[in-house]
Amino acid sequence: MFNLGKYFLPPAKSTFAHNTDALFNFITTTGAYLLLGIVVVMIYFVIKYRRRSEDDVTSLVDHNTTIEIVWSIIPLILVLVIFSWGFKDYYKLFTPPQDSYEINVTAQQWLWKFKYDNGKTTMNKLHVPAGRPVKLVMKSNDVIHSLFIPDFRVKHDVLPSKYSIVWFDAKKPGHADLFCTQYCGVGHSNMHADVIIQSQKDFDKWLKQGASSSNGKPSGKTMAEYGKELYQKNGCNSCHSLDGSKGVGPSWKGVFGSKVTLSDGKTVTVDENYIRESILNPGAKIVKGYNNVMPTFQGVLKNEQIDALIAFIKKQK
Amino acid sequence: MDSTETKNKIKLKVRHFPLDENPPSHYANNKKGIKSWLLTRDHKRIGIMYLCTITLVFLFAGIMALLIRLSLWNPANHIVAAKTYDILFTLHGTMMIFLFLVPGVPTTLGNFFLPMMIGAKDVAFPRLNLASYYIYVAGAIFTIFAIINGGVDTGWTFYTPYSIHSTTNVLPMTIGIFIIGFSSILTGLNFIVTMHKLRAPGLSWGKLPLFTWSIYATSIIQVLATPVLAITVSLLIMERVLHIGIFNPALGGDPILYQHFFWFYSHPAVYIMIVPGFGIISELIGTFSKKRVFGYWFIAISSLAIAFLGFLVWGHHMFVSGQSALASTVFSLITFLIGIPTGIKIFNWLATMYKGSITLKTPMLYALSFIFLFTIGGITGIMLGALSVDVHLHATYYVVAHFHYVMFGGMLIAFIGGLHYWWPKMTGKMYSETMGRISWFLVFVGFNVTFFPQFILGAKGMPRRYYNYLPQFETLHRTSTVGSWILGLGFLLMAVYLIHSLVKGKKAPSNPWNARTLEWMTSSPPIGENFNYTPVVTHGPYDFHRPVSEFLLGLAGSDGHGGNGDLHPEGGTPVTVEESNN
Repeated sequence: MFNLGKYFLPPAKSTFAHNTDALFNFITTTGAYLLLGIVVVMIYFVIKYRRRSEDDVTSLVDHNTTIEIVWSIIPLILVLVIFSWGFKDYYKLFTPPQDSYEINVTAQQWLWKFKYDNGKTTMNKLHVPAGRPVKLVMKSNDVIHSLFIPDFRVKHDVLPSKYSIVWFDAKKPGHADLFCTQYCGVGHSNMHADVIIQSQKDFDKWLKQGASSSNGKPSGKTMAEYGKELYQKNGCNSCHSLDGSKGVGPSWKGVFGSKVTLSDGKTVTVDENYIRESILNPGAKIVKGYNNVMPTFQGVLKNEQIDALIAFIKKQK
Repeated sequence: MDSTETKNKIKLKVRHFPLDENPPSHYANNKKGIKSWLLTRDHKRIGIMYLCTITLVFLFAGIMALLIRLSLWNPANHIVAAKTYDILFTLHGTMMIFLFLVPGVPTTLGNFFLPMMIGAKDVAFPRLNLASYYIYVAGAIFTIFAIINGGVDTGWTFYTPYSIHSTTNVLPMTIGIFIIGFSSILTGLNFIVTMHKLRAPGLSWGKLPLFTWSIYATSIIQVLATPVLAITVSLLIMERVLHIGIFNPALGGDPILYQHFFWFYSHPAVYIMIVPGFGIISELIGTFSKKRVFGYWFIAISSLAIAFLGFLVWGHHMFVSGQSALASTVFSLITFLIGIPTGIKIFNWLATMYKGSITLKTPMLYALSFIFLFTIGGITGIMLGALSVDVHLHATYYVVAHFHYVMFGGMLIAFIGGLHYWWPKMTGKMYSETMGRISWFLVFVGFNVTFFPQFILGAKGMPRRYYNYLPQFETLHRTSTVGSWILGLGFLLMAVYLIHSLVKGKKAPSNPWNARTLEWMTSSPPIGENFNYTPVVTHGPYDFHRPVSEFLLGLAGSDGHGGNGDLHPEGGTPVTVEESNN
């Protein structure tokens, strides 16, 4: 048997991934042999039994009990093997070890929030320690989302009605992608997060630093530079472009000081107060042509951070 | 059926009826004017009307598919807006599934050929048949309104609570689907009664062509499953309009309940789409191998078994949705069991070719590519049924590729094969065999170039319904897009030569493929009442060792000389045939 799976699958970065890969490879390889067999037989018959004249007399054989039983039993055994194999591994996915490190996950249109045991929060960046089981306890603030980390071979829907769980044990420090795989609206494909796998030591160190977003402006950065950092960290960039192209929300290019028409026909000048209001109460004044879909950042961003974002927006000319 | 021999047999007087290749009029020209079409009760004309309507739907939904592929040319998408992209894939899915794949074969080829294949003059309820067509059109009008009014962006699955919150035209779209469902139910009912009551004398269940068996199994699913779809969308509409909490957690509802409801219909619906395809393939392989179909009873009964088991596997769409692990386990097991009868059909078709007399006409090329593509669809279905692997593959491009191999590589390829096979009978014209083969080649290659890379994309982690994607997926996406152009070219060519054949094609003989089923035992195109007489069936549908003349038997006197249906006319040869009126 040769390994066909490697042409299909991404790198295996969790302790569990090789289980999934082994079964994937078994089905792909067995299936490839089966397909090859069918194609060879088909081509052989097409050539050997090609029509020689319109009066060809063909065999009247139309069944053969022995062969029919054989070709029913063999696939049956095969699929039962596959079923048990998949079943065994599936249950592992549903039983996180007792000593797992817990991280709370909140999904909403269209960002991921991760909260660690000391209260530190990150957005669209998931830091996990390597070499120990990590359990994600997930909920959604609005519609159904789904958390998928291909390199770990794990996925589960994130529901507004109850908590769901994903667990994994990342093998060594590195990076992985995290996607949303339950269609959740216009920003669905922007719900991407980086998984940053760190050694336990680095992870602990990082965790103690406290969340940079609650830490205030790092010294040595201007307000606008800090605003740019927040723009990326808080997922503003999924919906608001900087190059003038229309996204889920209006682009920030040249927006400051401009006059915009609202959905109720009124116009408003984009100033500090309008931006502040739009961050804290996004539904209050919707720009015409856009939908009321932005989540509030009340309680997420502090005053200084809103100031930094405004400073950043002012720079986008 | 009764166990005693004598009760099953009836004595009839039959005679040979010579076939009139050039009757004075046929079904398409026996009445003139647009009204004669719009108000027709002839199953053949209704079949043609469905065919035209459905082809239009396919054209629109196909153009949407090309636009979707074009939009995915770049990782950071700027060809259409994100919202437009979401609307495109929703409409592509909704139209293809509810307006094309589900009604596809039964309403077109089924309507046209089911009565002919059982030797009937029409379906059991011709007026109901016409009503079904207009119900379909009424439903389609709602969906067209939804499209013109700005489209829908929920995906064809309408998952709650997104579909409750969405500000797009969910309401007209779901009302459209609700209405179309009734068309499906009534068509199914009509066919079931037709097959029970209108089979020609001698045409026992064991002599039915396998295509009619497959339509029978499909009809049962249509009648039993479609009401659940109607219930589901009604509940959805109630929740959206009246704010009754059923699925929306904000109102105390359960979003997973919606998924159970939805897939309880939509999984059996997969079999509504594919089972008629199995039927077509059996006819094609039998005729172009000139051989009895191997394992006739297995193929016939397995369609019914699949129809039944198909109701018990819906939960395999929900392995990572939050349903209980125990439920997932049971659904996984039953999913594997349904794979067995499906797989054995493939072996049966191969065995049919053994010691046959095989000719690679265009329909046979489609039948053979069906076996190839459907096997890939089946194997990848086994992959997705395996619990742990599905966790990784669920909602990725692997799933997209899988269901396109099943739906397109299965149902659509079979449909095109059937369309070519029966084209001479329906239109009375032969299409160009050379063009047919070139077009087949483009479709086959284009299909694989489009969809095979999507298996790799999905396994590598590319989620479905993505407007933007990571740069590492670019090459595979571009390959897939190029494939869609080849595919589009293949279909364009097909449209050209098929339309050309209507105008300039050679006149088709009554039985160009030398088949043995009843629809070939009348002129091409058929006369208004299909047969001048009441056909009597004495042989099996694939008895190629018997001369065609033995399939042209009819009740003596049933051509109007001696009274229609008179079982004891003067003259004729007495034969004993099996009872068919059950």
